[in-house]
Amino acid sequence: MAKSKEKTVISTLWSAGCGSHGGCGCEIFVKDGKVTRVEGDKNHPFNQGRLCAKGLAIPQYMYHPDRVTHPLKRIGERGEGKWQRITWDEAYDTIEKKMKDIRTKYGAESVIFCQGTGRDIGGPITFLMYAYGSPNWVQVGLAGHACYTPRLGAMFATQGHYSVLDASQFLEKRYDSPEWTPPKYIILWAQNPAAGCHDGFFGHWIIDLMKRGSKLIVIDPRSTWFTSRAEVHLQNRPGTDGAIALGMLNVIINEGIYDKKFVDKWCYGFDELKKRVQDYPPEKVAEISWVPKELIIKAARLFAKNKPSAIQWGEPVDAMPAGSVVAQAINHLWAITGNVDNPGGNVIARNSHGVTTYPFSSAELTKLYGAELVKKLNEKRIGANDYPMIKGFRGWVQPDVLIEQMETGKPYPVKGAWIQTSNIIGGQAADPRRHLNAMKKLDFIVCVDLFQTPTTMALADIFLPAVTICEKESFRSWWQPLGVSVKAVEGVGESKSDWEINLELAKRLATTPIKYKTVRELIDDRLKDGNTNFEKLKAKGCWEFPPEGHNTRPYYRYDKGLLRADGKPGFDTPTGKLELYSKRYEEWGLDPLPYYEEPKESPVSSPELYKKYPLILTTGRRSPVFFHSEHRMIPWLRELDPYPMVEINDKTAEWLGISNGEWVYIENTRGRVKFKAKVTPTAHPRVVTAPHGWWLPETDGKAPNLFGTWDYNINNLTSMGNQGKSGFGGTNYRSSLCRIVKIKGGKE
Amino acid sequence: MPRNGLLIQYEWCTGCHACEVACKQEHNFSDGMVGIRVDELVTTSPDKVHVDFVPITTRFCDLCAERTGRGESPACVKHCQATCMTYGPVTELAKAMEKQPRSSIFAPK
Repeated sequence: MAKSKEKTVISTLWSAGCGSHGGCGCEIFVKDGKVTRVEGDKNHPFNQGRLCAKGLAIPQYMYHPDRVTHPLKRIGERGEGKWQRITWDEAYDTIEKKMKDIRTKYGAESVIFCQGTGRDIGGPITFLMYAYGSPNWVQVGLAGHACYTPRLGAMFATQGHYSVLDASQFLEKRYDSPEWTPPKYIILWAQNPAAGCHDGFFGHWIIDLMKRGSKLIVIDPRSTWFTSRAEVHLQNRPGTDGAIALGMLNVIINEGIYDKKFVDKWCYGFDELKKRVQDYPPEKVAEISWVPKELIIKAARLFAKNKPSAIQWGEPVDAMPAGSVVAQAINHLWAITGNVDNPGGNVIARNSHGVTTYPFSSAELTKLYGAELVKKLNEKRIGANDYPMIKGFRGWVQPDVLIEQMETGKPYPVKGAWIQTSNIIGGQAADPRRHLNAMKKLDFIVCVDLFQTPTTMALADIFLPAVTICEKESFRSWWQPLGVSVKAVEGVGESKSDWEINLELAKRLATTPIKYKTVRELIDDRLKDGNTNFEKLKAKGCWEFPPEGHNTRPYYRYDKGLLRADGKPGFDTPTGKLELYSKRYEEWGLDPLPYYEEPKESPVSSPELYKKYPLILTTGRRSPVFFHSEHRMIPWLRELDPYPMVEINDKTAEWLGISNGEWVYIENTRGRVKFKAKVTPTAHPRVVTAPHGWWLPETDGKAPNLFGTWDYNINNLTSMGNQGKSGFGGTNYRSSLCRIVKIKGGKE
Repeated sequence: MPRNGLLIQYEWCTGCHACEVACKQEHNFSDGMVGIRVDELVTTSPDKVHVDFVPITTRFCDLCAERTGRGESPACVKHCQATCMTYGPVTELAKAMEKQPRSSIFAPK
């Protein structure tokens, strides 16, 4: 039998291929040097044998005929689509020379290092960037840095550490762990967990918990599978989540149903918070949010009176007018009810074993690269000096400041870009046209990717072919367990892993010698913090939880002195307490208490515009078969979600004369795009929702078409420059105004 | 040989499409061909809109004869992210069904 020649490789998924944030254990079946199938690994506690559509489509992704598998150099104008195959040596030599020239002439900071979503790319990209000497690590165009960072920043300020809903993911026996208990109530706040593994959280854990008795409170402008099963559905106006959180805090505090013991012993600033939330009585919040006051009160009482309960939240929180403020208010909900680091609450989440795969915070950067380098780099990091929260918390560039700097050249010019697995123009960037125009002027651009995208087509001078997760060695500690990814087959064609590419270039570009000869040496060095190495983890089935008593293992670490560097009980904050009144926010020049801010563009703040554009547009609706702008070329997946669809309420559609499946324009002051109407009562009558990241890989990739990105990318209707006071949030990804227009005759 | 089938607790099906792609991968089916398909059911009561999903086996479902022959679960059952599918003799599935939430049994072959 041919099957007998097949071998199985156990590995961990979190990168290109499946794409997503997950951390699923997988079995990779290999025959004659080719991957024939990818399945879930039953022995892995993360997914327990399951796998999503994207993971199951990996073989089709790997061997897709359009995959770029050799280095290319551009031979025509940018956007002309004229490429010539070159060797790796030529590619590396060219990049080395160009990047050194730019550094000599303009300084290392004039090259930006661009990534997309947060997965294993954060490790290699920062490694190369710091070797080169640039401080400018950025998700280009991600307005208000609206993807988890605002939430992480708010939690860091409030608690000193991050929290996530406790679905037993920190314990190897999972649901059978004796110390664990399911949350009584789960607040699903602005997220559809069925569509993926947001922020390292396997979405279907929520279903596992529902089967174990957890009840739902869902905050979502749409009706969904989850709202159909929720005890309370707060169907809110997009952008008003901050008001809802403050209204719930008002109810919980004024009714005295918070956890008094926890608040007295562990929290700082309760009286100030109590005073602040008096500005947000449920009646007022109901008016702001469209949610009946009875439901706000009911949700608050159910959550506070049923301990343990927990909150699972989504990216829209980050995109609110003041993302880091809304996140702070939501954090306070689990804080004052004592649902912190308790079984079934919002458990403190730390990188497994203290291993850094991806230096998220300033603290991790300092650990890896030294305080002196971080301090030096901060001086020139774009946006850091404008926004103390960005400077103090995380090593990123502020993207709204970056676009201005690219246009004005002030305070210094941006001359080069290293873009690694990031589809800026067709994906994350708000106002992609503005970004294209600014980036076209750069002297030198390298794109590292697996397929041609609107971004690589429009901008790349050199294209380097990267591999999928099945073709490389990598490691993961986000959050737990600690895991490794094993190389099941050689890279398709001449493609190489991100780590390999970046290590080679780091060696060529570094100002001080790189101590690692191979990627394996680097991985093993980073795994030292976990007292293990690649081979040991591989032999164990690719994963390991930290030992009992380790500070990256739950529960009640604030009581055991496991959260602070000084070993004292309490939280790692300036006061040592969980800060309801944030000293760090105060230090960063921000309001130390949460407040509500109305979206810039809304029926309330721009009533004149609302007359012309009477629908609220919320973008970024997730599809379970795509990851951001990826996977549109994968037949197995595209068949399941073939067109960009805007969801519009049936009565609204009838009034507009629009029928189901009809192509329509979504228009606002910034432009218009073409979507198919999905006419459905699940949509709120005054809200339309659209998925992001749509382009048509089957159409002409050359400019000006660029795979249809100008016609189908909803971000053409969004803009930069709306960031909140902290530098985070304030975007119009999730709340702006639009209208839906019939395309004459129903045709394009 | 008892007749085998699939018990699907569709109360828990979230519409994630993992079963469909698992099936496609297992059989390497071409476009349009698949052994299971998930349908969305939207219904409205006076005060609420309900969203449900129902997987339905098609004429191409062979209950993963090759896999089950090796003692493994069908690809859809194994990968169902909501773990709402069971494979086995239909008589046993029917017995199990008495205590299940909204469910259906498919006996595709």
